[in-house]
Amino acid sequence: MADLVLQTVVKLLIPFIQMYGIFIIINGHLSPGGGFAGGTILGSSIILYALAFHVEDALAHYSRSRAKMMESAGVVAFALIGLFGIIRGGHFLANNIWGLGETGTLLSGGIILPITLAIGIKVASTMITLFFHLLEEKKL
Amino acid sequence: MRVVVAAFIIIILGSLLLLMASEMPTFGDPDNPSNNQVSQRYSRDIIRDTNIPNVITGIITDYRAYDTLGEATVLFAGIAAVLTVLGSHVNAGRKRGQDDG
Repeated sequence: MADLVLQTVVKLLIPFIQMYGIFIIINGHLSPGGGFAGGTILGSSIILYALAFHVEDALAHYSRSRAKMMESAGVVAFALIGLFGIIRGGHFLANNIWGLGETGTLLSGGIILPITLAIGIKVASTMITLFFHLLEEKKL
Repeated sequence: MRVVVAAFIIIILGSLLLLMASEMPTFGDPDNPSNNQVSQRYSRDIIRDTNIPNVITGIITDYRAYDTLGEATVLFAGIAAVLTVLGSHVNAGRKRGQDDG
């Protein structure tokens, strides 16, 4: 189970995979990608860790209570961003909280960047939780 | 006999599907019914409405953000179902292990 070559390569790879996932999420409004694709990449990095090491080691990094918190935080943040649109005088999920910024820059598009971030957190957490639970059930 | 009947049904269904596929509009034809004023408005006004160059992200997180909220809710419901069904298994297994040890 404990293969030194595999574990070393995985340790080297994971920062790059996570960096790529965060890039896909944050740059979702400028280039192809977005919350769903980037969240899947982020989640797959932790799944890779769980495969190369052990589920218990991966659970120590991403515990069940943290997973539950992240799951809820993604959806709640999305809905709250939508409710802010009503508070500011528009319709639900209206794009009127901040200014729209300059086209092509990172901080532009109003609520699109926070919504993409919320979706990314949610999807990454969903991938990881599903995988851990299926692995643990198989062990019984 | 069952193989013959199955093959007969598959051929009938397959030819029906092929018949329908041959009636579909040509891919990329500007006269397609899908190229209506909705998609034209989205691709024309995306910069004015949201200031982002990625039309697809603009549609799923701005014009159709309510739909995306529904998708996130579907994911949430799915993971809640998995935690309910599989989580009890995990807890039961842990309890059983403690009793044995």
